[in-house]
Amino acid sequence: MDKLINDFSIGLFFWQSLVFLLLIFVLKKYAWKPILNAVNEREQSIEDALKAAEKARLEMESLQESNEAILKEAREERERILKEARDMKNKMIAEAKDAAATEADKAIVSAKAAIEAEKTAAIDELKNQAASLSIDVAEKILGQELSAENKQTAMIGKIIEDVKFN
Amino acid sequence: MISKFTALSAFVGFMFFSAPVAAQDHGHEDAHYEDAHQNDAHSNGANTVESHSSEDHHDTHDTHSEGHGHADFVPASDTEGRKAVVKETVKHHLADSYDFHIVGPVGFPLPVILIDNGLKIFSSAKFHHGESVATVDGEHYKIHHSKIYKTDAEGTMLLDEAGNHIKPLDFSITKNVFMIMFMAVFMFFLFRGVANTYKKSLVPSKAGRFLEPLIVLIRDEIAIPNIGEKHYKRYMSFLLTIFFFIWFLNLAGMTPLGVNVTGNIAVTVSLALMTFFITQFSGKKDYWMHIFWMPGVPVLLRPVLAVIELIGLVVKPFSLTIRLYANMLAGHVVIMSILGLIYIFASYTAAVPFTGLTLFLYVLELLVAALQAYIFTMLASLYFGAAVEEHDHH
Repeated sequence: MDKLINDFSIGLFFWQSLVFLLLIFVLKKYAWKPILNAVNEREQSIEDALKAAEKARLEMESLQESNEAILKEAREERERILKEARDMKNKMIAEAKDAAATEADKAIVSAKAAIEAEKTAAIDELKNQAASLSIDVAEKILGQELSAENKQTAMIGKIIEDVKFN
Repeated sequence: MISKFTALSAFVGFMFFSAPVAAQDHGHEDAHYEDAHQNDAHSNGANTVESHSSEDHHDTHDTHSEGHGHADFVPASDTEGRKAVVKETVKHHLADSYDFHIVGPVGFPLPVILIDNGLKIFSSAKFHHGESVATVDGEHYKIHHSKIYKTDAEGTMLLDEAGNHIKPLDFSITKNVFMIMFMAVFMFFLFRGVANTYKKSLVPSKAGRFLEPLIVLIRDEIAIPNIGEKHYKRYMSFLLTIFFFIWFLNLAGMTPLGVNVTGNIAVTVSLALMTFFITQFSGKKDYWMHIFWMPGVPVLLRPVLAVIELIGLVVKPFSLTIRLYANMLAGHVVIMSILGLIYIFASYTAAVPFTGLTLFLYVLELLVAALQAYIFTMLASLYFGAAVEEHDHH
């Protein structure tokens, strides 16, 4: 202990304390603060970068998911449109067929009616012509043969019979 | 980096320790030049040369005042004499000094500052390496056992009324003070340089690559766990400064310059006292409660605990002081003593294992240098942590 006390030098103690305190303050200002700030800043930036990367990864994932959803939707849409188109086509064909059939029916009906009418007209015409022809014939016959009474009566009877058959 | 440094310092260390002995050998050399197996021994370290001289006639030799300022040539047969030389060398090496001695005659004087009937500032060159009396403004001073004493003109130490030798108040820039100042400047430029590299890029470069992990280590492994996220920032400057200061000075002590700053009690007392005062001034209510009126124990026990806690308060800085001082001092003493054994045994058989052992201890001391800095910083932060801790009261 005596030796320790004897070794103790006031001057050295004084200088050590003075220089060390100055060193603390000078280093604090010129070294430790800038160094620790830089280290903190770097750690912060690394952390931020990692977080940003994580965020980007998540975003990417969600983007991919939504892409897939969109793709799926598009596929469904396409399917739907195609189906609609097919349906439309079938419907149009069916409608066209229906319309055509109706038209054809109508044409047939009117053709039938026309034919009937023509036929009636033709029959009438024929009847008329037959009548006038008969009259003509009758006139002629009458003109020549009506001199004989029996012949007249036979003639008339024959004609009437013919007409009846018509 | 460390290993290169180790190897280099170890090498330089050997050269240094062998220097005074080598110098003596050279004085010897002229007389015994013809002696067998001398030449090769000189080339590799010189310590072992003495083996041949045991049966030599011992002429008188000049005093070699350079080197550590000790010793005439002591023959290898005189084991006791050589032990004394080693002891003196070790003692001299550990003590503070008024001039900065590097190697052989190379060195420079440092300013001596005394307060003795006014301020007296003069160069330590006036002492002529402690051999002569320095006369300044009519007062006479002499260095005795690495301390300055007041003497009369003839160099007889003066006594005060109580019969003690008179020592003037000494604020000299001694070798240790010089090293402290040098280290402060070195640290300033080193760490300011590191700080400046961050202006360019947040990625550390140059010395920062090596130092930044240490700074982060002190923050993440010492400060934050011991003091807590909330308060640790206030103490970072102190902890970082003290860690690097102690570590660098410990390492400087491993160089052959013989600086023994952290192995000096005045230095460690100063560091421990700062830690002590910072702790007390940052003590919160809880801290003082735990010292004077410990919650959670029977009331009768509380005064007893207060006494124990108060003793603990004083013991803490004391243990900080002694731990660092004793560790560093012991390391120096052990290394130099084992190197000294080579000189005492004076044989090849001793030189090889002791050189190896010294190298081993040297590497161990490099570890201790870092470890002691770490422990000091760790304990300081532990004390700060206790001071700012807030307990949830039950």
